[in-house]
Amino acid sequence: MIRFVLRRLLSLVPTLLLAVTLVFFLVRLAPGGPFDQERSVPPEVLAALEAKYRLSDPVWVQYKDWLADLLLRGSLGPTFKYPNRTVNEIIALSLPVSIQLGLWAMLFALALGVPLGVVGAMRQNRWPDALATAIALVGLSVPRFVLAPLLIMLFGLTLYWLPVARFDSWRHMVLPVFCAALPMAAHVARLTRAGMLEVVRSDFVRTARAKGLSERSVVLRHALRGGLLPVVSYLGPGFSGLLVGSLVIEKIFDIPGMGRYFVEAFQNRDYNLIAGLSIVYGVLLMGSNALVDIAYAWLDPRVELGR
Amino acid sequence: MNEPTTKPAPAVGASQWSDAWRRLRKNRAALVSAAVLVALAVVSVVQPMLSALPYDRADLALGPTPPSAAHWLGTDLYGRDLLSRLCFGGRVSLAVGLVSTGLSFVIGTSWGGIAGYFGGRVDQLMMRVVDVLYTFPLIIFVILVLAFFAHQDTVFYEAFVAVYGLVNERARDPGYLPLYRLFFVFFALGSVSWLTMARIVRGQVISLREQPFIEAARSIGVGHLGIVFGHLVPNALGPIIVYTALTIPEVMLVEAFLSFLGLGTEEPLSSWGLLVAGGAETLDIYPWLIAFPGLVLSLTLVSFNFLGDGLRDALDPRVRRDS
Amino acid sequence: MSVLEIRELVTEFRTDDGVVRAVDGVSLSIARGEVLGLVGESGSGKSVTSLSILRLLPEPAARIAGGSILLRSKSGGELDLARATKAELARVRGDRVAMVFQDPMTSLNPYLRIGTQLAEVLELHRGMARPEAWERSRAMLEAVGIPDPGRRLNDHPHQLSGGMRQRVMIAMALLCEPELLLADEPTTALDVTIQAQILELVDAQRQRTGAAVLLVTHDLGVVARVADRVAVMYAGRIVEEGPTEAIFAEPFHPYTVGLARSVPRLDTPRGRRLEPIRGMPPRNLGPRRGCSFRARCDFALEVCAELDPERRAVGAEGSRHLVRCHSDDVAKMRATLPGVARRLEVLP
Ligand SMILES: Nc1ncnc2c1ncn2[C@@H]1O[C@H](COP(=O)(O)OP(=O)(O)O)[C@@H](O)[C@H]1O
Ligand SMILES: [Mg+2]
Repeated sequence: MIRFVLRRLLSLVPTLLLAVTLVFFLVRLAPGGPFDQERSVPPEVLAALEAKYRLSDPVWVQYKDWLADLLLRGSLGPTFKYPNRTVNEIIALSLPVSIQLGLWAMLFALALGVPLGVVGAMRQNRWPDALATAIALVGLSVPRFVLAPLLIMLFGLTLYWLPVARFDSWRHMVLPVFCAALPMAAHVARLTRAGMLEVVRSDFVRTARAKGLSERSVVLRHALRGGLLPVVSYLGPGFSGLLVGSLVIEKIFDIPGMGRYFVEAFQNRDYNLIAGLSIVYGVLLMGSNALVDIAYAWLDPRVELGR
Repeated sequence: MNEPTTKPAPAVGASQWSDAWRRLRKNRAALVSAAVLVALAVVSVVQPMLSALPYDRADLALGPTPPSAAHWLGTDLYGRDLLSRLCFGGRVSLAVGLVSTGLSFVIGTSWGGIAGYFGGRVDQLMMRVVDVLYTFPLIIFVILVLAFFAHQDTVFYEAFVAVYGLVNERARDPGYLPLYRLFFVFFALGSVSWLTMARIVRGQVISLREQPFIEAARSIGVGHLGIVFGHLVPNALGPIIVYTALTIPEVMLVEAFLSFLGLGTEEPLSSWGLLVAGGAETLDIYPWLIAFPGLVLSLTLVSFNFLGDGLRDALDPRVRRDS
Repeated sequence: MSVLEIRELVTEFRTDDGVVRAVDGVSLSIARGEVLGLVGESGSGKSVTSLSILRLLPEPAARIAGGSILLRSKSGGELDLARATKAELARVRGDRVAMVFQDPMTSLNPYLRIGTQLAEVLELHRGMARPEAWERSRAMLEAVGIPDPGRRLNDHPHQLSGGMRQRVMIAMALLCEPELLLADEPTTALDVTIQAQILELVDAQRQRTGAAVLLVTHDLGVVARVADRVAVMYAGRIVEEGPTEAIFAEPFHPYTVGLARSVPRLDTPRGRRLEPIRGMPPRNLGPRRGCSFRARCDFALEVCAELDPERRAVGAEGSRHLVRCHSDDVAKMRATLPGVARRLEVLP
């Protein structure tokens, strides 16, 4: 198992290198960027860029140095917009906020989606199931950026129950977490239902019944694990969906996370910040995919660990 | 282990399509969805032709007004007719659905078809590429590409000017920059949405390629490409249709998402995502500006998903959710 | 005294084509310590019968539409499983009545350790604490002949061979020393040498604890080896039932004769094709009219198209040999079955 984990983590290295390389060349070779003489960039930023990219060197030397700088010192360089801040500083401020939003949303999505899916499967084809299925389909179709304004209108501006901006207390977190989580919860519910239906028909669940276990134990001890494997597989893409969704959620609720900086950087053409944030996103997403694979292998003893 | 399961396609025959049609007809949600989508498409295409109110004609003196007889869905901050802007947005969504999905279809079926047909090393290499791309956060990648390349000073822009110049000699006019950006979004989305399609087609092709009718085609001298595109892909049409129906809302959603963030379609053009973004700014004072675009966008996506589910149940009865 | 008595059991499936009566008026009884073999072609309703007993049918597609399934305790108490509540069923399952399924590859939970799956039965029915339950489970694995049982407890099912897994299934069924063991084709998925070992295991248990066994199989060789009595099933009914020797030596139903003829015999020359019964079994859709075997029967009479044959006693006095057939032309039937007696002799 430990070897499997190490191997899986090691397999990230080439993909990450590829991603990082891609980002470097995008930034460095993109036209219309700060390296063009036409754009007016503050002199201190140019100086920092010069230091970071050593613009007089040939590109591949630049690449080598840049990569060494990134890998050895974890430095992502200066930003254009905030001359006295580095990309690292911005990430240090915003990453915890986004992670917090993402993790709460993920927990919430699972806490909502799994029980709904299980109930749907247990009451298959009766009206509660049909209703839940339809709601889930609607839930995963309505975009977060439509849902959020609607809920703000309802809970924030009509009922005055909840604050609608910033991220200071748990009351501030309720709406953004809910909006971020809902589409994922819908996906989870659908996957749980389908997975449970498949497992509940399997021979080993019949064996569990033949032992005299109560329906509750049959579901909880025997069916749930297999039925939830599709959900586990989905956690990687689901987390990626959450991060991407956090771009709009952070914008709508004015939350100072990575997503907001990302969008701002895009609008300011703050190339270096975009590059830095992309790298962090890439690491997060690929890392979470690896974690999911590991979790899957841990849950399903049949997964070959030796490949 | 995150691969979608691909099952061998059943032999396709006329009766199979009529069976599928019979099953689909019994699915009321899918039929209603299809009707809604057709209606939305027709209105989006036809309304601009009939209406006297272009999507970009501002009337600053009028400003934002709620729905009225003159403006059925009201007007926005600049006094522009919301219905017209919504219909233009509908055209954008329609175009994304056609162009991006079309592109993903072409790339996906070719990639998967060739990999599955030739098998062996070719297959391994091609699918390895797909696996690696799968682990890439592709939306982030699209945003990156948009950030760096959706500008005037790129070869892509020159290509746009060259092609668009064929129909409009003032293609280089800065007024057309938003249009260029729109096309850029289309192509960017299409070129990252083909991975699942490739996997599905490959699975189908592998299960079909040893079938007698493929042998027969080979024996009468049909070439490799002829077999892949003339015989294998058409016989895998069921799952391809299902997946296409699910890709369309996905690319539409991403376009709306990008536009919402200000990274996609730009003013003065209109798109549902852009309209939602604008409406969200003033949702407490001009609620209709978010209500209608939000509703139409959600309705479209919900309908596509119901239709896609219905198609899957109809065309692939083995994975029907009710046994 | 019988431990289980099934009376006129009817089990139906709702399908796209209508209601199928998979079990259509089955009556059976099994005495304590007796092995009853239930044989018949595939699709004749053997599995549905055995699943009905413990109410393990795939609901809601299937339901018990009639009859009773009486489980008798030594003290004379009687429980109708067909009408039992969920709680009553839960107490019986795995404790007084246990079941072994056909496919050992899919019948164990792939996600749980063997030990967990075994011990859970004891924790449930005997209220044992985990360490004690594991120790008992280890002893049971040893008893069914699994080498290195202590280590196997910590394995997952996929680490075991098919034969080992079926031993585990049997160990699981025997943990609570059931009064009745239902074994649905326990050896069909296994190769011949392992088949014999598994059968010995079942037989040993019967001798040790006096458990009754319902042994479902389509393999007459298996039945001849271990069953005391045999019931022959066709299209959801028992068409013939009697002591094992009588069923093989003096069959009264043309279907039984046909079955016996289609079994590979030790004296069959190699390469000679076996003779399966011609035709296909019917699906029990719609009302029954006449004997459902008549279309495949060489001895059908006019009455067979009209009247469903009643059960009647045949053979030696007191042998409880019953058959459902209008024909009396037993001699002609058996003439098509040379060497039955010889065949019985060569069986162990
Ligand atoms: N899940 C099911 N759905 C519909 N019909 C079934 C199902 N299972 C069994 N049947 C019906 O019951 C009949 C008997 O099946 P079964 O008891 O499995 O036969 P066997 O004697 O081979 O064990 C079948 O011929 C079929 O018509
Ligand atoms: Mg069976």
